[in-house]
Amino acid sequence: MIRKNGNHLFSRPGQSIAAIGVLTLTGILGWTVWTLPPFSDQMSALISSKMPISGVDNPVTAVLLNFRGYDTLLEIGVLLLAAVGVLSVAPSAVMRADSSPSPILVLLLRLMLPFIILVSGYILWIGKYAPGGAFQAGAVLAAGGILLVTAAVRFNLSASKAMPLATGIGLLIFLIMALATMMVCGNFLQYPVTLAGTLILVIEAAATLSIAAALVRLFVGVKSDTDPPASGEDSKILTFEEENLIK
Amino acid sequence: MNLPAWIISLPLLAAVVTVVLPRTGRWVGIFTAIIIPLVVVLLCVEILVQGALQMQVGGWQAPLGIQLYADGLSVAMLALTAIVIGCSTFYARSYFTGKATSRSFWPLWMFLWAALNALFLSGDIFNLYVTLELLGLSAVALVALSQTADALSAAMRYLLVSLTGSLSYLMGVALLYAANGTLSIKMLATVGPASPSLSTAFALMAAGLIMKSALFPMHFWLPPAHANAPAPVSAVLSALVVKASFYILVRLWLMIFEPFINPSTAQLMGMLGAFAVIWGSVQALLAERLKLLVAYSTVAQIGYLFLIFPLSSTPQTAHTAWQGGLYFVFSHACAKAAVFLAAGTVIYAFGHDRINELHGIVRRMPVSMFAFALAGVSLIGLPPSGGFIAKWLYLNAALASGQWWWSGLIILGGLLATAYIFRFFSRAFSYFPEVVEGRPVPKIMEWTALGLALCAIFLGLTAPAVTELLNAGKPF
Amino acid sequence: MNIPILYELVGVILLGMGLYSLVIYSHLFRKILALNVSGAGVFLFLVAAADRTSGPLPDPVPHAMVLTGIVVAVSATALALALACRIHQVSGNAQLTDNKPE
Repeated sequence: MIRKNGNHLFSRPGQSIAAIGVLTLTGILGWTVWTLPPFSDQMSALISSKMPISGVDNPVTAVLLNFRGYDTLLEIGVLLLAAVGVLSVAPSAVMRADSSPSPILVLLLRLMLPFIILVSGYILWIGKYAPGGAFQAGAVLAAGGILLVTAAVRFNLSASKAMPLATGIGLLIFLIMALATMMVCGNFLQYPVTLAGTLILVIEAAATLSIAAALVRLFVGVKSDTDPPASGEDSKILTFEEENLIK
Repeated sequence: MNLPAWIISLPLLAAVVTVVLPRTGRWVGIFTAIIIPLVVVLLCVEILVQGALQMQVGGWQAPLGIQLYADGLSVAMLALTAIVIGCSTFYARSYFTGKATSRSFWPLWMFLWAALNALFLSGDIFNLYVTLELLGLSAVALVALSQTADALSAAMRYLLVSLTGSLSYLMGVALLYAANGTLSIKMLATVGPASPSLSTAFALMAAGLIMKSALFPMHFWLPPAHANAPAPVSAVLSALVVKASFYILVRLWLMIFEPFINPSTAQLMGMLGAFAVIWGSVQALLAERLKLLVAYSTVAQIGYLFLIFPLSSTPQTAHTAWQGGLYFVFSHACAKAAVFLAAGTVIYAFGHDRINELHGIVRRMPVSMFAFALAGVSLIGLPPSGGFIAKWLYLNAALASGQWWWSGLIILGGLLATAYIFRFFSRAFSYFPEVVEGRPVPKIMEWTALGLALCAIFLGLTAPAVTELLNAGKPF
Repeated sequence: MNIPILYELVGVILLGMGLYSLVIYSHLFRKILALNVSGAGVFLFLVAAADRTSGPLPDPVPHAMVLTGIVVAVSATALALALACRIHQVSGNAQLTDNKPE
């Protein structure tokens, strides 16, 4: 039930104080931005000089997958973590469509899914030369996955054993590559120069699949608010604390 | 031998394996809990021998690539993490019996460990942001694991505060990059004269980190979150997660910001710490449930940590103050984890933790109560515990730098801690003809709690060795 | 005033707007939206900061930071939404109850 006095946490004076506070903060921040020193080109020049040995032609992909690849590794970890977290919070989430999905969705699914897969593969490939890469391709593929989950009646992702593997394969391949390159080249995530492009493509391909699987899992975990909690062992995730709590 | 990389990769690998093969959760967790402390010990030895270690990930020099940095401070935090999470893993193995909970718990637990390890080894401010997010999200998901309405609300509150803090921190990172063109902490250590961008960036980053460390007045999310989480999760949250953001604040302060910040900021942080000590202790005295009492005790003890900043303002006392503060971090981590694990055994045995109804339970579970007693000794600050060493160093620094008012606060805090610890003790150790019935507790749970409490005492006895480790690589 | 500074200021204003809404409103969904708006403001600031180079090409590092930031923000938002939905399912209201923890 919504509170009777509306959606606000504070009364009028409290809101005004908050507004003044936020305005002051924004003003200070804006003034700081105004007085920022001019930007040096050192970083762009450095990146341009190192591009030939990075294995790709697009500077953003080079930074993301090669120079600062460790950040991307952790970030894929964050996405996987969110998928696991959403699974633990909403364990009754079922990754399958209702018995009678809207005909528009079914038509969309039939028309779009091949193109989605094609476009996703293209974006993955073109990431070497132009804006693109694993995350964008994974997002497009996730759209296809969401279509499947909402419209494909006979397709049940929950029962699929491949789903956990698909979700985890990106981080797994990335870690294996990182450790392998460490043992071969001496430094964590240091690709050998001749193989850099190939390794990046392999990592990105695995990451695309993983990102798509994780995003579909995130969508499903949030979607199932109105579904009644499923009965059975899987929904009984109360620890004994809750069971034994004498109210 | 690239030890930092292994320390970060091992828990990440364990997390992925437990996601892909959910049934292997338990023994992957135990295996990791045995291997990682060994690797950390190897790294400690290497740091002691060689001094600070710097690693370029991918072989790219700063400012192009990310640097990992390991000195005495990072390695000490890594060792602390390994000990606390290692013991809690053995505890958790017996604590979680439901199949579905185990399936979610182990990946989240391994991600938490990976996030902590990556955080303590990072030398790049944006990398720290990613590790902070990894840490925050895994902590929130672990709090929500209890699935009660209170736990879910607490997790939501924690998540909102955590995200706000991360966003503030990220804005500070963006400002620092826009002004200086580099993300590496080592390179930022040489930034130029004081400018608005430096002060604003520090204000933003400090505000974000203070929110995540639950310093008064941003502490409101901590008691419900730590009280409603499962026991091993509460232990690690209180012991390590709130200290991680504090660690980042200390790093940034020491390496980048200290020369440029007005000393009154340090005094302000000390004042907030003082309020935290008093407010947290008073609320702990009023708490009805044991876990809530312990959570408020964490709020109070975090206040002590922030006394580092004013106490280190004079050069001759700076070293003592830093060591005192970090000793607080270590001994509080061990003691608080022990107390939460012991509280968990109480709940396991009796089904509730209402203090007024826990009469005479020392006869049912002597090992847990002994652990609680030892940990309490450290929390109060009695010799020969680690807590005593920490307070003694603080008192030295306070009196030597002429800021005698902090010593009054430390003594008052000790008295208040005695009061709330004994509030539980008097019930637990009281003689009562009928003792509450409870179910038997697995031995491993009680003994891990005792092990951590012994660590807190042990820290007090081995102070010279610990301080030598802390000073390796000259972090201060 | 050149163009990057304009976008940077807009980013800062978005950050402030999001912060205000986060504090004022009590419905969980509005809070989550407010956090997203603030995040968008920070990302806008970063992208604008990348444009301040003197040559024709922008600096790629802030772009990589924003890409990482977006993925992290999506993950966090998804977890927050899942928690909010679960809270609504379990307790029936979509606002954080202000109950004092006993």
